[in-house]
Amino acid sequence: MSSVRVLVGTRKGAFVLTSDGKRDKWDVSGPHFAGWELYHLKGSPADPNRIYASQSSGWFGQQIQRSNDGGKTWEPVGNKFVYDGVPGTHQWYDGTPHPWEFKRVWHLEPSLKDPDTVYAGVEDAALFRSTDGGQTWQELSGLRGHGTGPHWQPGAGGLCLHTIILDPSESQRIFIAISAAGAFRTDDGGKTWKPINRGLRSVYIPDPTAEVGHCVHHIAMNPSRPKVLFMQKHWEVMRSDDAGNSWRDVSGNLPGDQVVHPDKDGSTRKFDLKGFGFVIDVHAHEPETIYVVPIKSDSHHFPPEGKLRVYRSRTGGNEWEPLSKGLPQSNCYVNVLRDAMAVDSLDKCGVYFGTTGGQVYASADAGDSWSPIVRDLPAVLSVEAQTLP
Amino acid sequence: MIRIVLPAHLRTLARVDGEVTIEVEGPVTQRSVLDALEASYPMLQGTLRDHVTLKRRPFVRFFACEEDLSHDSPDAPLPDAVASGKEPFLVVGAIAGG
Repeated sequence: MSSVRVLVGTRKGAFVLTSDGKRDKWDVSGPHFAGWELYHLKGSPADPNRIYASQSSGWFGQQIQRSNDGGKTWEPVGNKFVYDGVPGTHQWYDGTPHPWEFKRVWHLEPSLKDPDTVYAGVEDAALFRSTDGGQTWQELSGLRGHGTGPHWQPGAGGLCLHTIILDPSESQRIFIAISAAGAFRTDDGGKTWKPINRGLRSVYIPDPTAEVGHCVHHIAMNPSRPKVLFMQKHWEVMRSDDAGNSWRDVSGNLPGDQVVHPDKDGSTRKFDLKGFGFVIDVHAHEPETIYVVPIKSDSHHFPPEGKLRVYRSRTGGNEWEPLSKGLPQSNCYVNVLRDAMAVDSLDKCGVYFGTTGGQVYASADAGDSWSPIVRDLPAVLSVEAQTLP
Repeated sequence: MIRIVLPAHLRTLARVDGEVTIEVEGPVTQRSVLDALEASYPMLQGTLRDHVTLKRRPFVRFFACEEDLSHDSPDAPLPDAVASGKEPFLVVGAIAGG
């Protein structure tokens, strides 16, 4: 019988949650690396027992941990992330040049085919790759060096490369996203890159349709349709049907808020914006079914009306239904961070997400109903699900 | 023999209990002690000093013989009591964060 392993990164360690295919009883293992921040853990699609974990600390820096037995035991591997050549500068919050400085690894993306190859998205934004199981890391510097890098500016959480998507149909194609630079794509394995932000409109930046500068929070893809991408932007949920060449707003009937922004002439303008949030994911078997967790606004960062609701669209966007069965519907003021939602590939599709309040919720029926696996973990930073044979 | 006391998180990372002991060839300085420590425990590379610049990480401090040596030159001799093993070289995670 199939089983599921859910990898949870938190502010104070990692947890491994396991269940059989019914997904109604869970074993909880952890905390692993107690006291450290675990920004992300992810297993290799080619060898599910090979798991990589990003362990970091404001005191002692970055570690990469590797497990070869599904998270039972771990060993530290390479933690030397050095930018290629002279790092140069990006823009600081005030627009002044600021030197590129490595801070931490936000996201680890193992190769689809080789357990020893893994990509790391880091802050300050860059993409690294290891081909020896995490022992050594080399920057794919064509990303920072393609031309717009000096104009990138950090979002509130830092200048982080947080999303890495490997295209299963074109082995040389990789999508990445950076807050607050936008989305980028390579078609040659990481040598050259181009921004893919056409169609994004961000009214809160000087040029709302700029080539770069958009606060992309997360991107998701169903592997069966790799040209179709769904994006949770700062505000708005976006969709691309052409591998990111163009995007359109599919926020539809998602909750929104009225936002006041200063204009260039000193006056203010009001905008009715929809769909602020961080996470987005796609159903494992229904590529038009997507999930988001709307958050009230960029100045609140908690669910509207204190009600935790996942919104599901079965139409690839625009038409959304709130899913609340089993989720707290009063006095709930948690957030769900960008890497903290995942799906399994069982039938029915399981959906999982973690909150800054330390709950990890699971749905074994594609979102129709939810129950907590655990309630009182440290703030959850990331959730990944592995479907095991 | 040089005795080194690591903070709890780094003892866990290095998989050691209590003090670490190392041998240092030549002058006993912060640099030679940390070089020898990292050679024996490679997983500590980058946790105390930047990989490239070898500068002390901002929230890491070095103490010995009731003195804060954090701002001393990395090539300054450590106290004789550290060099002789009478006193340990203390690596401390700075109290910060409230």
